[in-house]
Amino acid sequence: MSASGLAVGVQETVAPPRRRASPMIYFLLAIAALLVVSLVRVLTGAGNLTSSGTVAAALTAAVPIALAGLAGLWSERAGVINIGLEGMMVLGTFGAGLFGWQWGPWAGVLAGVVLGAFGGLIHAIATVTFGVDHIISGVAITLAAPGLTLFLAKLYFTDAPGGGQKQSPPIEDVPHVTIPGLSSVLGDIEQQQWFFVSDLAGLLRGLTTDVSLLTLLAVVLFFATAYVLWRTAFGLRLRSCGEAPHAAESLGVNVYKYKYAAITMSGALAGLGGAILAVASSQFRDGQTGGRGYIGLASMIFGNWRPGGVAAGAGLFGYTDAMQLRGEGAVHALLLLLGIALLVLAVVQLRAKRYVVAGVATVIGVLFILWFALTDQVPPELVSAAPYVVTLLVLSLAAQRLRVPKWIGRTHRRGEGG
Amino acid sequence: MGRISWRSVGLGLAAPVGALVFALLVCGIILSITGHPPFDVAEDMIGSLERPRTVANSLNSATTYYLSAVAVAIGFKMRLFNIGVDGQYRLAAMLAAALAGASFMESLPSVVRILMTILAAMLVGAVWSGIAGFLKITRGVSEVISTIMLNAIATALVAFLLNPDRLAVTVAGSNNIGTAPITEGGQVPGIPYSESSSDVFGLIVLAAVVGVAYWFMLNRTRFGFDLKATGQSESAAVASGVNVKKMVLASMLLSGAVAGLVGMPQLLGASHSYSLDFPAGLGFTGIAIALLGRNHPIGMAFAAFLWGALDQTSNVLDLSGVPKEIVVIMQGVIVLSVVIAYELVRRYKLRLEQRDVGRALGTTKTPEEAQA
Repeated sequence: MSASGLAVGVQETVAPPRRRASPMIYFLLAIAALLVVSLVRVLTGAGNLTSSGTVAAALTAAVPIALAGLAGLWSERAGVINIGLEGMMVLGTFGAGLFGWQWGPWAGVLAGVVLGAFGGLIHAIATVTFGVDHIISGVAITLAAPGLTLFLAKLYFTDAPGGGQKQSPPIEDVPHVTIPGLSSVLGDIEQQQWFFVSDLAGLLRGLTTDVSLLTLLAVVLFFATAYVLWRTAFGLRLRSCGEAPHAAESLGVNVYKYKYAAITMSGALAGLGGAILAVASSQFRDGQTGGRGYIGLASMIFGNWRPGGVAAGAGLFGYTDAMQLRGEGAVHALLLLLGIALLVLAVVQLRAKRYVVAGVATVIGVLFILWFALTDQVPPELVSAAPYVVTLLVLSLAAQRLRVPKWIGRTHRRGEGG
Repeated sequence: MGRISWRSVGLGLAAPVGALVFALLVCGIILSITGHPPFDVAEDMIGSLERPRTVANSLNSATTYYLSAVAVAIGFKMRLFNIGVDGQYRLAAMLAAALAGASFMESLPSVVRILMTILAAMLVGAVWSGIAGFLKITRGVSEVISTIMLNAIATALVAFLLNPDRLAVTVAGSNNIGTAPITEGGQVPGIPYSESSSDVFGLIVLAAVVGVAYWFMLNRTRFGFDLKATGQSESAAVASGVNVKKMVLASMLLSGAVAGLVGMPQLLGASHSYSLDFPAGLGFTGIAIALLGRNHPIGMAFAAFLWGALDQTSNVLDLSGVPKEIVVIMQGVIVLSVVIAYELVRRYKLRLEQRDVGRALGTTKTPEEAQA
């Protein structure tokens, strides 16, 4: 089991030369998306859909997922699948718990990063030096990390003030910032319930009011990643290890070194995601990550292995996460939103002359809209499945737009290139 | 069958034994650092194995783990990663429990009831894994990702169905909820074990049957041959006329069907109802055991028992103030070090073979000579 997976079913389509979409296109797309959401809000009367409270909650929920996604991006761009993200996040939450309650949140965050990087390093040793299958190593790390943290938690937290066998004593939160003035003006506009304008105000207010410094740190890391991986020689070499390691090697790139760097960085970012999760909920708890590492992985795939895409995917997952806490009406409106999104996808696919896919997307989209029309509420238990269903739908209906790093999941041994 | 070469046996055992020793070492160090004498801990754990109850419980855990490992191994044999065994067995156990507990089942003879329950579980497991198989062959969606997603969706579905408005009833005298309890006719009686207060699962027989069937399928059928061939070289399998798409779907369905069985020993032998505290995460244990046992029917049986014994003997540790999660750490270290050990042994074997070939040809070239 050296190289992962079978090639069957993977469509080897030659991608048409893509025009590089300008930032303007993405901006317009975002505006269009907000228009649709706004329309849905007006149609369903679910004001929560775009309220600043929802947006703020979505942002808080999205940050750990986004960092896990970014972690996956670093690793996979260097050609190593990191399914151990979940385990590394667990290490991060524990690090934050252990150091956070004693020396403050920033020490906790730092400890989370270091512990996460340690998890990444183990993954690197197994996959790069020993050529172990990436999935297996990742699964092993995800198996071992909760055991290790629970073992240590029982030792260190049981007798600590406010701690327990499975939870740390409370951690202080880091400072939050608000852009003064802007918040209240936007709040007034939001109250007016105008079509689109109020929605935009709600969105902006949610993004500028009471934002944790850690959220800002995450934003900075996204820009830093985009810069380092796509605008520096280091990034080019790192990505070349994920595309064609033998070619990179022949040009004098030390592939092992770059992979080690990428995976350790990946672990550090996942650890940071875990630490932020712990700090935001004021303590470490056993099982706190709740599969966010996997959702992060999904958001990375969803985002086509690009930082902007990862952020968008994480935002979407954070949004559905926040919706669950916002009452039945909002969740119900989500169905209509999902239906419309699928119909849009169907049109896109139709233009690309993929009739079967377009047909399937239409059918599922219509089913969602019917579900919306024929019911008054969605069982809350099912909402937690939404991010996963969306990922599956995206993977199955829009997979040809995805561009996976070429050498992903395969082992590379030094000096084996023909 | 050639004669047994001691070298290959030795090399075969070197990896698991080496990994085990390494894991013991790591755990020993962790225990020493945290101020627990490792030998005392080991003595406590081994000592608890003398109690028949611990052995019976270890066998019971091993039964479940073994089924899970076989489900994973079927995929592994053709390099399919069915990470979704976890979701498959939970959904299957839940729906099968609802069926077995339904009142119309009361009138049926016991054998029919049990068979129907087991078949239903296999069917549900197969359907759930079949989605991943279908998406792989039609849309090229990686089964790793799709099964992870399906695990989470299964969790949501189970939570949705396990609701007093739907398939669940509240368990009397607690705030636990579960499916309607299975009455005696639908249960599988346990096998008494010496003086143990808990019986060994009757369905341990099922695990044995599955193990034999797995061995037979791999070594005595065309399907098994194709399965292994596809796993070893997809292109060679295609060249020899294997329809890989069909194989992917078939092995995913088969893996899911076996995954459906994972919850059965517990359900029909002990719990008699699928409730909130039904064991979870067994699918991931299966992955670990399949790796440790190298997908071999007997190797996995040993690995499953080792895992079960580790789990059960660790219960004694909480009494002496050692967190029993040391066992989970040990299991994690075993998994990781065993795959590394197998890789090292494989490289070593390759070197030995190269040397043998060189010797047989009469000359052993040094690398420098070979390059000249």
